[in-house]
Amino acid sequence: MTDRSTPMARVLGYGSAKEGTGHWWTQRVSSVGILILGIWFLVAIARLPGLGHADLTEWLGSPVNAVLMLLLVMSVARHSDLGIQVIIEDYVHQPFAKVAAIVVSRFLHALLAAASVFAILSTAFR
Amino acid sequence: MNSRERPLSPHLSIYRWPITMTLSILHRVTGVALSIGFVMLAAWLLSATVGVDAYDHFANVMQSVGGRALLVLFSLAFFFHLANGVRHLIWDLGYGFEIPQANASSWVVLVVTILLTLLYWLVL
Repeated sequence: MTDRSTPMARVLGYGSAKEGTGHWWTQRVSSVGILILGIWFLVAIARLPGLGHADLTEWLGSPVNAVLMLLLVMSVARHSDLGIQVIIEDYVHQPFAKVAAIVVSRFLHALLAAASVFAILSTAFR
Repeated sequence: MNSRERPLSPHLSIYRWPITMTLSILHRVTGVALSIGFVMLAAWLLSATVGVDAYDHFANVMQSVGGRALLVLFSLAFFFHLANGVRHLIWDLGYGFEIPQANASSWVVLVVTILLTLLYWLVL
């Protein structure tokens, strides 16, 4: 039977992980986000008058700061998750241990992301 | 015939370690360090949610000598991973693959890392 799918359709989703270039591309996109947001965050907290509880609460009370912080922690969680996954895949060869380690890492990153988002929002609405 | 004993390849005892390999390993090491840094960031944000006492306790720990040293190391790791990450993005665009270029960009990354870290702690 003639294969009428386009070259793109044949390629998408294949490769050893059956997910095409999704991992690679997400790693790059999140890196650009962190490049911008990370520098913004470091400059912003360095320029605060102090770093006491009141200073941070007031700073996160600004919607712009709270939203950018949400974007930063979510980008970092995704980028770190993907990076740690590659390291696990490189060094853990036993199939079950490898998958288990990746799943544990994914859960920990989801936990970190949820906890950070909750902390930012609850402080912002304080 | 040339009877002089010449080194065979691979000959690990006279192998010259390329700077690019150091940078590659550092990218991975700093990546793991920054993942730990993310845990610290989350803990800091959570301490603010828990309350003033928890926040002050966390802040006091980070203001100790060890805490400050840790923050400087985290910033060093961040700026290295950032500079070398930009180098990776430039490679992804298809530039800088020649060996002399890769060697030169290695040194650029190291210098930029030091400069950004000094700029951050001394100027800002």
